[in-house]
Amino acid sequence: MLATIPTSWFVALSAVLFTMGVAGVLTRRNSIKVFMSVELMLNSANLAFVAFARQYMDQSGQLFVFFIMVVAAAEVAVGLALIVTIFRTKRSIDIDNMSDLKG
Amino acid sequence: MVGLAPLTVLLPLAGALINMFFGRALGRERSGTVAVVAAALAFGVSVGLAGALVGNGGQAVIVPLAEWISIGSFSVDWAFQVDTLSVTMMLVVTGVGTLIHIYATGYMREDVAHHGDSGRYTRFFVYLNLFLAAMLTLVGADNYLMMFVGWEGVGLCSFLLIGFWFEKGEAGTGNAKAAMKAFIVNRVGDFGLMVAMFMIFWSAGSLTYGPVFEWFEANQAAAATVVGAITLCLLLGAAGKSAQVPLYVWLPDAMAGPTPVSALIHAATMVTAGIYLIARSHVLFEMAPLSSDVVMWIGTITAIGAATIALAQSDIKRVLAYSTISQLGFMIAAVGMGAYVAGMFHLVTHAFFKALLFLASGSVIQAVERGMHHVHDHHTDPQDMRNMGGLWGKLPVTQWTYLIGALALAGIPPLAGFWSKDEILLDAYLHHPEVYTILSIAAVLTAFYMGRQLVMVFGGQARTKAAGHASESPLVMTLPLGILAVLSVVGGFINLPKFSDVPYVGELLFKNWLLASVPAEAVKFSWLVASLSTALALLSLFTAVFLYASAYDDARDKDPLAQMFGRLFSWMRDKWYIDELYQVLIIRPYLQLSKLIGRGLDTGGIDLSVTSLGGLVRELAVGFSGFQRGLVRGYAIVMFTGAVLLLVWFYGGPGLFVQLARAFGM
Repeated sequence: MLATIPTSWFVALSAVLFTMGVAGVLTRRNSIKVFMSVELMLNSANLAFVAFARQYMDQSGQLFVFFIMVVAAAEVAVGLALIVTIFRTKRSIDIDNMSDLKG
Repeated sequence: MVGLAPLTVLLPLAGALINMFFGRALGRERSGTVAVVAAALAFGVSVGLAGALVGNGGQAVIVPLAEWISIGSFSVDWAFQVDTLSVTMMLVVTGVGTLIHIYATGYMREDVAHHGDSGRYTRFFVYLNLFLAAMLTLVGADNYLMMFVGWEGVGLCSFLLIGFWFEKGEAGTGNAKAAMKAFIVNRVGDFGLMVAMFMIFWSAGSLTYGPVFEWFEANQAAAATVVGAITLCLLLGAAGKSAQVPLYVWLPDAMAGPTPVSALIHAATMVTAGIYLIARSHVLFEMAPLSSDVVMWIGTITAIGAATIALAQSDIKRVLAYSTISQLGFMIAAVGMGAYVAGMFHLVTHAFFKALLFLASGSVIQAVERGMHHVHDHHTDPQDMRNMGGLWGKLPVTQWTYLIGALALAGIPPLAGFWSKDEILLDAYLHHPEVYTILSIAAVLTAFYMGRQLVMVFGGQARTKAAGHASESPLVMTLPLGILAVLSVVGGFINLPKFSDVPYVGELLFKNWLLASVPAEAVKFSWLVASLSTALALLSLFTAVFLYASAYDDARDKDPLAQMFGRLFSWMRDKWYIDELYQVLIIRPYLQLSKLIGRGLDTGGIDLSVTSLGGLVRELAVGFSGFQRGLVRGYAIVMFTGAVLLLVWFYGGPGLFVQLARAFGM
């Protein structure tokens, strides 16, 4: 038998990806880059789910990944539409400029 | 009959209320009639009361009307004390009052004719009747508190009537300011009266005259010091109401009111309330000889001081105003000497001739106004004596009545003023020679300024066209003048003095009448004092006539006294700068104190603390709103930090890291 990759490696990779995603969301100014970071976070969650599904031989983990992918796709569609709309008026997608809702 | 006493107050009060509510509907003529009838009926009641007293030998009668205050041991009722002293005052007030009401119907009609606004007419009579009601409450009360109600009431009516033409006067506010001055200066006196009442209650446990005086007579030794304080405070009250030093400054300014007001309130009745107060409280004053001396000296100083100012005035009413202050000084000096009957006698005669003089001066003023109207002059001051002259012959009734009044005031026998003033001088001569000297000088000055006034107004040639076209006043005004003139002539005969040890019919009627209420001793008439005062008065009168007969050829001429006395004359004319002194010493510091407290404490302190509290809250709000700057990244950081913290919290602190380490196979 081939040596199985320990689940903890998958979880660690997931954590690393998640952290990169968070770093991207918090530090990027370009909205598209923020969206890409959010996708990264979602995918790291997917990896964690699949890893645990393999460990416990429970397929509901993999099913969950489908749900997450659907949600991510929908979210990207809506988000990109928003960005396009904002770009039309503001001619920029720098999120620091989108502070019209300040209190 | 005695039970009708409350009607003296209720009738004028009813008159005032009727005119207040139905005045406009009644119209001018009838509202004036209502007022006159109310006053006349009150006079009738007073006469009835007098008759009742004659019938029962002068015995005082208390007529209760209604219960008022009853708290624990303190009780005070609305009750009337009908005794010779109060009935004397009632007769004077209602008698002279009715005559003045009649005069006023004519005077105010002329005023409305010249200056318009007929709604004022009714208002005037409401106030006049209200005044009568208050004054009669004052004199008819059987306790200090009810008297004080009347006291305050007359002060109020004085204010309302002085400021009657409230939009007129210097700079449009002069009359209103004069009214306020009267009210405020009176207030200082009222404070004295209130403190006296507090002390009386505290000592005697009651405010009703009878019990109070009984208590003080029974506790003379124990009450010795407090009586001194009480009497001095009563003096302060009397000084305010009766225009004595130092609270006389309101009376000359009060001449801004219509002349009937000056006659009624500021000559015959309200200002005599102070003398009435002292006479009523004679029990207390007899127990405090030091205070009585103070009273006497205040009266004397006022008498001579006011006389000097009157010498130099050129406004016809101002001369009479200062003359009133001076004569009130005579009365106050008399009651201070213990000569209560002499003081009250002078009060009565003075009411006659001073009211006469004021009403006659009103007639003169309106005569000149009629002349002004005739020649279409709107600028001459009709009250300035320098603009008059040559009025003798043009005003038949006014001129003779004015002459009689002036001679009565100067103290020429056998007119009324002579008998009453002489009695005061006699008492001074016998007991207080220094006061006698000063009062005699005041009497000489009195004769002088009246002579001056007569010549300036009636003598020589008319100095302005308006005076040249003056015409006599209507009967409704000249009739009261005539009646008062008759009273000024015969008024002295109610108290003919004791000429010898042999009594005669009609001797000392008034003194015997008043003996039931105040102490008095019958002193023998002194031909020395009488002839000296008469001679001096006549001399002074003729000097004035001689001096002024050829003095004023033109309205702008200088007064001969000014040429003789120069600087002294201008000091007298400017009232010895007392008003200015008060302004600097009292009014300005007080206003500055008010401003300081108002701006510093009120606006600065209290308002500031409240608004700064509000400001603080706003600053906090602004600070907190900084959290919401609309920056998405900021929100993201906050959310992420929060999530991390929550994780750490729920999964334990150090334990989490240990588990992670174990999971990595370390």
